[in-house]
Amino acid sequence: MTITLPTVPLPATINPWFAAAMIAAVVLTSTTGEVLTAAAMKSIGDLDVIRAHSGLKGAIRAVLTSPLFFAGVFFLALAFFSLLFALNHLNLSLVGPASASLTLVTNAVAGKIFLKENVDRRRWASAVLVCVGVYLLAH
Amino acid sequence: MVHHSLSPRQYLILGLVAVSAPLGDSCLSRGMAAMPPITLAHPASLIAAVFTPWIALGITLLIGFFASYLTALSWADLTFVLPATAFGYVIVALLAHFWLHETISLERWAGIVLITLGVGFVARGPSLTQHPAPEAEKSADLEPIEREVETQ
Repeated sequence: MTITLPTVPLPATINPWFAAAMIAAVVLTSTTGEVLTAAAMKSIGDLDVIRAHSGLKGAIRAVLTSPLFFAGVFFLALAFFSLLFALNHLNLSLVGPASASLTLVTNAVAGKIFLKENVDRRRWASAVLVCVGVYLLAH
Repeated sequence: MVHHSLSPRQYLILGLVAVSAPLGDSCLSRGMAAMPPITLAHPASLIAAVFTPWIALGITLLIGFFASYLTALSWADLTFVLPATAFGYVIVALLAHFWLHETISLERWAGIVLITLGVGFVARGPSLTQHPAPEAEKSADLEPIEREVETQ
């Protein structure tokens, strides 16, 4: 992070439950959005291949005609505004690492359940390593 | 398309995803911290925030992030793309250290090591789950092209 981080992550005036609710809102909406978007992109197919066949316009059209994509964007937009809201009340040093690291784990679970991705031991290990690492780095 | 080895172009796209997201978030944070407190009673002030310079720059970076992120998701798993692109946090921390001369605490170095290990782990595995069954790998490789024809 290029900005100066304050030393106290949670302002004394903020109720911890309110802080947790704001972070949970960011995590849940972004996980839903990312899973829906990933499902949309998988159903569309390799964008590089589509672009090679029918140009950039064809690739954009393939994305913009997918209802799943718009469902994903809706939740990602919700996630974006809940992030803005949370950043207005909490410091980035709390919201950034908490939401980024928790989202990695919730996505691994959601990817396995909803996208039927092969989340093997290698991917669990990397999700957990990156999750702890992001928390340590950004905290 | 061989999914086990990514092309240089695909690595470039993963790199763009990695770098644009943390830079965009930093811009958003800088912009939002400068705004007066926003309450749920006045949600419209969140819309007004979109047009301030730092937030606008952050949004521009995040649009670039989204385009490359979508491209990455079209040829790789979500559980591959997310850990792989977390390497962006490491790049930004190292840039802050060498360019802005920010000190990196022992805790942060530990974070950098863990993320690098995690990214190394996931990057050595396959980038895409083959559906419907592992034994149908060869025919699954044809799927994106078939689907692409359907979308036209």
